[in-house]
Amino acid sequence: MLTKKRVSNATVGSARSLATPMVSRREFLKRAGLASAAGVTFLGARSGRWVAPAEAQTTQAVNPASGEVVRRSVCTHCSVGCAIDAVVKNGVWIRQEPVFDSPINLGAHCAKGASVREHGHGEHRLKYPMKLVDGKWKRISWQEALDEVSARLLKLREQFGPDSVYWVGSSKHNNEQAYLLRKFVSMWGTNNCDHQARICHSTTVAGVANTWGYGAMTNSYNDMQFSKAILFIGSNAAEAHPVSLLHVLHAKENGAKIIVVDPRFTRTAAKADYYVRIRSGSDIPLIYGVLRHIFANGWEDKKFIAERVYGMDEVLKEVEYWTPERVEEVTGVSDDQVHMIAKVMAENRPSTVVWCMGQTQHTTGNAIVRTMCILQLALGNVGVSGGGTNIFRGHDNVQGATDVGPNPDSLPGYYGIAEGSWKHWCRVWGVDYEWMKGRFASKELMERPGITVSRWIDGVMEDPAKMDQPTNLKAVVFWGHAPNSQSRGKEMIEAMKRLDTLVVIDPYPSATAAMAAMVRKEGVYLLPAATQFETEGSCTASNRSVQWREKVIEPLFESQPDHVIMYAFAKKFGFANELCKNIKVTQNARGWDEPNVEDILREINRGTWTIGYSGISPERIKLHMKYMHTFDVKTLRANGGPCDGEYFGLPWPCWGTPEMKHPGTPNLYDTSKPVMEGGGCFRANFGVERNGVSLLAAQGSHPKGASIQGGHPEFDDKLLKQLGWWDELTDAEKQAAEGKNWKTDLSGGIIRVVMKNHGCLPFGNARARAVVWNFPDPVPKHREPIYSPRPDLVDKYPTHEDKKFWRLPTLFKTLQQQVKEISKEYPIIMTSGRMVEYEGGGEETRSNPWLAELQQEMYVEVNPRDANNANVRHGEWVWVETPTGARIKVKARVTHRVPPGTVFLPFHFSGHWMGQDMLPFYPEGAHPIVRGEAVNTATTYGYDVVTMMQETKTTLCRLKKA
Amino acid sequence: MARMKFVCDAERCINCNGCVTACKNEHEVPWGIQRRRVVTLNEGQPGEKSISVACMHCSDAPCMAVCPTNCFYRTEEGLVLHDKDKCIGCGYCFYACPFGAPQFPNGASAFAARGKMDKCTFCAGGPGENGSEEELKKYGRNRLAEGKLPLCAEMCSTKALIAGDAEVLSDIMRERVLRRGYGAELWGWRVAYGDGKQAQRGQRVHAPEKP
Repeated sequence: MLTKKRVSNATVGSARSLATPMVSRREFLKRAGLASAAGVTFLGARSGRWVAPAEAQTTQAVNPASGEVVRRSVCTHCSVGCAIDAVVKNGVWIRQEPVFDSPINLGAHCAKGASVREHGHGEHRLKYPMKLVDGKWKRISWQEALDEVSARLLKLREQFGPDSVYWVGSSKHNNEQAYLLRKFVSMWGTNNCDHQARICHSTTVAGVANTWGYGAMTNSYNDMQFSKAILFIGSNAAEAHPVSLLHVLHAKENGAKIIVVDPRFTRTAAKADYYVRIRSGSDIPLIYGVLRHIFANGWEDKKFIAERVYGMDEVLKEVEYWTPERVEEVTGVSDDQVHMIAKVMAENRPSTVVWCMGQTQHTTGNAIVRTMCILQLALGNVGVSGGGTNIFRGHDNVQGATDVGPNPDSLPGYYGIAEGSWKHWCRVWGVDYEWMKGRFASKELMERPGITVSRWIDGVMEDPAKMDQPTNLKAVVFWGHAPNSQSRGKEMIEAMKRLDTLVVIDPYPSATAAMAAMVRKEGVYLLPAATQFETEGSCTASNRSVQWREKVIEPLFESQPDHVIMYAFAKKFGFANELCKNIKVTQNARGWDEPNVEDILREINRGTWTIGYSGISPERIKLHMKYMHTFDVKTLRANGGPCDGEYFGLPWPCWGTPEMKHPGTPNLYDTSKPVMEGGGCFRANFGVERNGVSLLAAQGSHPKGASIQGGHPEFDDKLLKQLGWWDELTDAEKQAAEGKNWKTDLSGGIIRVVMKNHGCLPFGNARARAVVWNFPDPVPKHREPIYSPRPDLVDKYPTHEDKKFWRLPTLFKTLQQQVKEISKEYPIIMTSGRMVEYEGGGEETRSNPWLAELQQEMYVEVNPRDANNANVRHGEWVWVETPTGARIKVKARVTHRVPPGTVFLPFHFSGHWMGQDMLPFYPEGAHPIVRGEAVNTATTYGYDVVTMMQETKTTLCRLKKA
Repeated sequence: MARMKFVCDAERCINCNGCVTACKNEHEVPWGIQRRRVVTLNEGQPGEKSISVACMHCSDAPCMAVCPTNCFYRTEEGLVLHDKDKCIGCGYCFYACPFGAPQFPNGASAFAARGKMDKCTFCAGGPGENGSEEELKKYGRNRLAEGKLPLCAEMCSTKALIAGDAEVLSDIMRERVLRRGYGAELWGWRVAYGDGKQAQRGQRVHAPEKP
């Protein structure tokens, strides 16, 4: 890398395809020496490609001498989206090379990314379909598996209706598979589906979208290089998104100030300028404290607020309440530190904020994230390069699965599930709306959000009379989702016992198999799915850039790609033709019917106008993958070449049709650019007026060059006619657009006219809402967690009233009152989070020996004071006991990372159950190498009042020496 | 003539272990052998720093000095490599090495006697033909012969670990240190032993231990 300057390529050859030396060592050194004489001024920029561009760009380049092929893919472990070059020979993935050309990761990887080749030969996998027979795992054929599973599910459907089956989809599916699964579940006849986003950023998606339009990361990892101050709060990016630090540290070295606010002194804190320790779950008062200083000192952006924000006055009343004394009482943070945050963020603009699950996984998650938006609105940091809310998503395709995948309350593209939404998608799918309606138990259930993955256990166990659906869940299909990532594990075991059928479709049988085998004798099926390296498709990184993965190798063992399995089941269920009406189906290498992945993406293009997946055609993304090196590392914009002017991966919204050639939107809501160059404004999604106050942007505030120079509502056929723009549509477009709006006009004509001809955004130009009146707390309010360590504060800041939503009655205040004094018995705050070597539920990464070797034991981080009080020493076994009666046996890691009174446990472990190794319950040879207690075996009840996000970041426990 | 070195920038290393698994990946290093590892000081406290450590390819290598069978040799680019056919697995080099670089796989014999020594090769293989099967099996990939640098450095998540011609590396480090104006490399009495004001630019940390 660093000493490898670009050199003329006469004798060197492609670095991608070298097995046999093409250059003598001596020759190389001469070249390295020459290169060094040219001087390397690397400070984060891409430098030193040893390879001449012509070769470097060619993916699928075959080296005729060695027979090696290079296939370009993307790491499947987090949302940063690091590119990977896989060297394949005779169908075997033999090497992994860094992709210096990628503007996102410049060749860099963390432990997980550097180890993905293990997928190409790892054996700790589910190798063939299996079922549980008399408590033992037995190998069965695919035919048997498909026959039996579909017969069981169809029987349940007949007996109890389609809502008796729950489909847990996956953020590890690519966009096409995630989309197809939503379609599949719809055709099965239910909204009972979900995926990891529910338990990672659902509160962000809801809270942020309701503030200003879209619930996604506004800027990008790369754009943080323009930031002058960065506030991490509830994010440990150094472990959860390590390669993002490439950009963050670059910003720091150029003078940006880094602040980390966290209960733990994380590895990210170790790289910060300032660290502030906060009590878990008290983010709202802290941010109000910061806002108080901002307004007291006149640091707010008055023009921005006047032109582009609604409701800031109302927020100020809440800000008034949070005096420094109150802030310190609740958060534990002194006023000088709060002042420091305000000052650093105000004096070093553009400043940005980063948050992750430290903010989202709370009963108040939706409100916490909104205070962050309010902070950035007050500082005028939104729609600005270097500013924004940089919300780091978790899984590699959790953004894409959120956008177009199996969500219980929405069809692809956030269209919702109202009648109009169904009609839109039925048109795209080419199926009859009445037929679709007939697939559901009723029209009401068709339009009622399904149960969330965080609550499926209650869907099984709750009294059906109290539920908003006629039946309990009788079967659950875990299609790429770990069970140990959901809270209340102790109760999950009970739910598993009660199920009629449990199906796991996964490359790694995951903890689900072992948990089920522990308590069941039959009715459990395991189906081997292929990994993302064994199929092709697109995935959306956190910054909304879409990348294409080439298939690296054929599926190992008997595994099949998820979309192939979906089609096989659709045939059994009788809707295969409807599922793939517009999608070509061909036979794959093993003779299975495979829906064409590119065709699926083209169908996504045809339907997903709302968030601009419409312009992201397979051809365009593939071109970006090939010409990665033409994109600028800081702006992500291509400078010349075939993608000139476009942003890498066409970050959505990439408006209109692919032919419209929108370049993608690098930073959302940026009025400094014309809309056809990625500019924008806030979305008009909440009406035009409220209580006599306009919700539209002020006159003068608009994307550069817009012909409407102020706020306006979203466009439909009527508005177009009103403005006299209707005749700018072609006749064919007029026909398609009549009676439609920009979201449902399948010709894309409305979007074309308003954007290309008039420089406006189709979704209108409005104000961001500091007050979200449709949420339980329109102005964010601090509320104590249900299991609060501070009974005195529970009275002052009680949680919400009990509530029935997402089909289930849900406890808030009743439970909080019941357990108000429980901190006397369980005095220690228990929080959980990520570690760098593992990911998600961890079965996949703990099955990889290169990673497993690095972290061989589940542990709890304990402050020396708490350890001494519990008489536990570093490295000893300790029981962590919680109010649910669960106790988990883990190793004590005594450290100052956590303060007294707080313990931390990583959430990637499973395979031990309250002191017992579950090895005997895994299918033979398919167990992960490293096993340990799942923290969620012990977590308690508690859900966000809007999205059913589980509370895992603040609960209570006690320690007992084991 | 180039003089190959590793440098790890402690201001950038985030202990992500990318270098460690890159090494495992490229050379199929077996479980239990750590050609490279990350060491962290002051874990969990202000001043926490990590660096990635492997064989430093010393200019005056102690391992080389003590080896009873003279299995070490120095390449033209200054790398310290060894010949596993000559190695007797005595472990003397392990005593001599200040960095704990030499690793000893368990042999097949009783009492898990030490096998032949294994260590970082700077991705430059060993004696014998470049890129041969035999070299691959005994020493791992020979990236240098392919015109590439060690994979650990090429894949480093934050470009903390860099590898290559020492002259180039020192230029890179010098520029980084000057540009950021803080950090452990800004040596001098006060930074090393004094009030540490400069070091604190990177670390104005408040960590009150309030429950």
